[in-house]
Amino acid sequence: MEIKDSYELPLPKERVWAALNDEQFLKKSIPWCEKLERRSETELAAEVKLKIGPMSTRFTGNITLSDIDPPNGYTITGSGKGGIAGAASGSARVKLIEDKDTLSTTLSYEVSAQVKGKIAQLGSRLIQSTAKKLSKNFFGSFVKQLEDMDKS
Amino acid sequence: MNEVTKIDGIGSSVRRTEDKKFLTGKGRYTDDINRPGQVQAYFLRSDVAHAEIKSIDTKAAQSAPGVVGVFTGADIAVDKVGGPICGWVVPCRDGSSTKEPPHPLLAQGKVRFVGDAVAVVVAETMEQAKSAAELIDVDYNELTPVVDFVNADKGAQIHEEVPNNCYFDWELGDEGATNKAIERAAKVVKLSVRNNRLVPNAMEPRSALAEYDSLDESYTLHTTSQNPHLTRLVLAAFMFAIPESKLRVIAPDVGGGFGSKIYVYIEEAVCVWASKKIGRPVKWTADRTQAFLTDCHGRDHVNDVQLALDENNKIIGLRVDTVCNLGAYLSAFSVVVPTILHGTLLSGQYDIPAIYTNVKGMATNTVNVDAYRGAGRPEATYLLERTMETAAKEVGMDPAEFRRINFIPKDAFPYQTQVALQYDIGDYEPHLDKAMEMIDYSNFEKRRAEAAKRGMYRGIGMSSYIEACGLAPSAVVGALGGRVGQWESASVRVNPTGTISVFTGSHSHGQGHATTFAQIVADKLGIPMENVEVIHGDTDKTPFGMGSYGSRSLASGGSAISKAVDKIINKSKKIAAHLLEASEDDIDFKDGKFVVGGTDKEKAFGEIALAAYVPHNYPLETLEPGLEENAFYDPTNFVFPSGTHIAEVEIDPATGVVEVVDWAACDDFGNLVNPMIVEGQVHGGIAQGIGQALLEDAHYDENGQLLTASYMDYCMPRADDLPSFKVGYTNTPCTHNDLGVKGCGEAGAIASPPALINAVIDALSPLGVTDMSMPATPQKVWKAIQESQSVAAE
Repeated sequence: MEIKDSYELPLPKERVWAALNDEQFLKKSIPWCEKLERRSETELAAEVKLKIGPMSTRFTGNITLSDIDPPNGYTITGSGKGGIAGAASGSARVKLIEDKDTLSTTLSYEVSAQVKGKIAQLGSRLIQSTAKKLSKNFFGSFVKQLEDMDKS
Repeated sequence: MNEVTKIDGIGSSVRRTEDKKFLTGKGRYTDDINRPGQVQAYFLRSDVAHAEIKSIDTKAAQSAPGVVGVFTGADIAVDKVGGPICGWVVPCRDGSSTKEPPHPLLAQGKVRFVGDAVAVVVAETMEQAKSAAELIDVDYNELTPVVDFVNADKGAQIHEEVPNNCYFDWELGDEGATNKAIERAAKVVKLSVRNNRLVPNAMEPRSALAEYDSLDESYTLHTTSQNPHLTRLVLAAFMFAIPESKLRVIAPDVGGGFGSKIYVYIEEAVCVWASKKIGRPVKWTADRTQAFLTDCHGRDHVNDVQLALDENNKIIGLRVDTVCNLGAYLSAFSVVVPTILHGTLLSGQYDIPAIYTNVKGMATNTVNVDAYRGAGRPEATYLLERTMETAAKEVGMDPAEFRRINFIPKDAFPYQTQVALQYDIGDYEPHLDKAMEMIDYSNFEKRRAEAAKRGMYRGIGMSSYIEACGLAPSAVVGALGGRVGQWESASVRVNPTGTISVFTGSHSHGQGHATTFAQIVADKLGIPMENVEVIHGDTDKTPFGMGSYGSRSLASGGSAISKAVDKIINKSKKIAAHLLEASEDDIDFKDGKFVVGGTDKEKAFGEIALAAYVPHNYPLETLEPGLEENAFYDPTNFVFPSGTHIAEVEIDPATGVVEVVDWAACDDFGNLVNPMIVEGQVHGGIAQGIGQALLEDAHYDENGQLLTASYMDYCMPRADDLPSFKVGYTNTPCTHNDLGVKGCGEAGAIASPPALINAVIDALSPLGVTDMSMPATPQKVWKAIQESQSVAAE
């Protein structure tokens, strides 16, 4: 499964990059994230609770950052186990491109993901729409948080 | 003596006696049965399609609440328990035999499909077993899955024993003669078709309850089986190496099988094994997702067809090259379905002088594929009847007339086909004519024009099918690679008051045997049907029998009952002769009475029964007391039902929805015992065929994940998808069984998909559409309409 999308953020690239590397900030932007802990420079542990179609599942997994190219982007690779609901794994290439005139940044990402077990059997056709909805939520709250910080 | 007023005999549409319990929810299925101390089994299944198992850690699960045992393939290996076996193999073109890789009860070293059982957790409750299964840590080394069966030979090897992932490469017929016919043909019609993969979806999911008695070291297994005696044989002889007498198998009420409950599955064997290991009764019942993942699927062929015609549009040759998907392991009948049951059907109702077929059976990382209602014969009929319709259109003939000139003529029977079978009897034009009349074929163009005014595309399509069922005789089946006999048994016990208990080796899981078989006995003995009780499904009660599959129960099982009743009548005549002081040769049996010919001296059947059990005035010196007879009947040939189905559809170009607006089914099933039950079988078969043609499609993604594993994504036919069926019959009684009967259980599912797809193509033919694959979903049909219009616009 492949998902591609991009968001235009009204912020300079450095600012976005810093936020993307701040796990506390990220956790606040992901309402369904119950745990996000940095284990090392490139490793994080995560616990998220997701509802896909008829299934509500808690995933626990590890996230690795690679191809780190500050402040232009990185690749996030992760795999998570959702117990009886199955498992998911995938990677996302995240790229930041700044528009010097407007000082805004386009964040684009390309995800390739695989799901296994019950999520595949029951939820596969819902994943694309769920993923889109989640990423929309994430970037919405990501931008809002940055804006709120500017105000305060 | 009571006068018998009404005999519900052969030919009477008696209401099904078994329906009262089913309609009132009182059926007793395996999962309804509970034993004291019973525990629940839950299978941890692989969620990857193809992988090596690096390690399995069951420690946490072992100590989870309620858990009484956690077992893996290693435990099975230690106890040397065998796996399921393949019941039929075929020779390959290169002289080798079918490759039969082992199928361990729990995965050993490798998993081969999503759903492959890796471990079993046995706990006090199902919830505890499921929760504990979550604690099992399996470390997989994932391998590239093989999903596309057509190119499976190029994929990663799934079994050591199966090079190129090819279980067999089989052929039938005369390749040289067929290729010559194609070379010299005035026209060769070519078609490639795919027979979509189906999930059987019996209403009752599979279930097993096993119990071990340590005192006499015996097991009792309740299970959802179409053939409990074969289950016992396979479990006892091939898996556990115990005497059959130490295992009782009971298949109580079974809620539908459609083929999927023929085979011995790993779960029931594991329950048997675990019941001794744990010392408590072990139950397992599949939920619907497990049913989707682990019940053997059906169909999944691609066929390349070449039909050679001479200048008069007579068929002179047929070549079919088939690749089929058999899944991760060979199931009991998976080899025979696409070969013997498929290749031998390729002559259809037609006089074809040269036929050749090659079938390659491929291994993939998907669940096993095996028999599903029709089993090989729907696939053969689909490719043939699609090709017949295509050929008719290509040569500019009416499809009915094209079929008619190629039918095997009525006076050519018995007819030897070029693909091994010899049809004993048939007459094909009458059912074609009658079906055309039933659907008012001659006025179809008017209806098409009327529909066009409403903006709808209307089409008509037909299928003239042959069915070969009631596989027999055993010797031929053996010569063809079958490892079982194909006879059926019956034991008819006359009780002292003249009531009858019939013990049959057949099994009913929806077919209505309690009614039909009782009608046969009532008819032959001239007694009321309510005096006849039919017992099936328990190896401790019934004689060894083959169970029910392949539309064999009436032709084989019913005939065995008929033969046993004949023996009862013969013995009764001897008793009557003694009581009436007449010669046995002078005794006539009619309407339930034994009469001395030309006199009014008679004895009722009940009086004979009583005399047999209270033999105070009885020829004990020449005749044993009692009145009970067995028969084992091995038919001399298959039976060959045939018929013509015609479908009429309307397609809404705005949505692509195909509505089945009319259906005529005219079948020749020989003599009908219960026309109402037969009609029910026809309805059910057509409904499943409509499901295949329009709705159902099992789909694995490229990673081997089954995406259609629930009713959200796998679309079953419902009442509003079906028209009111017009059902009619012709009759050429079977020549080689006493009842003159053929089988009717699968015919509807065999006949209907090509008729319906032919109708869909016909509806879209004004747009230039010449092909449509199954299932013809609204999206596919809509796209075909759009594409034809964009072509037209260019």
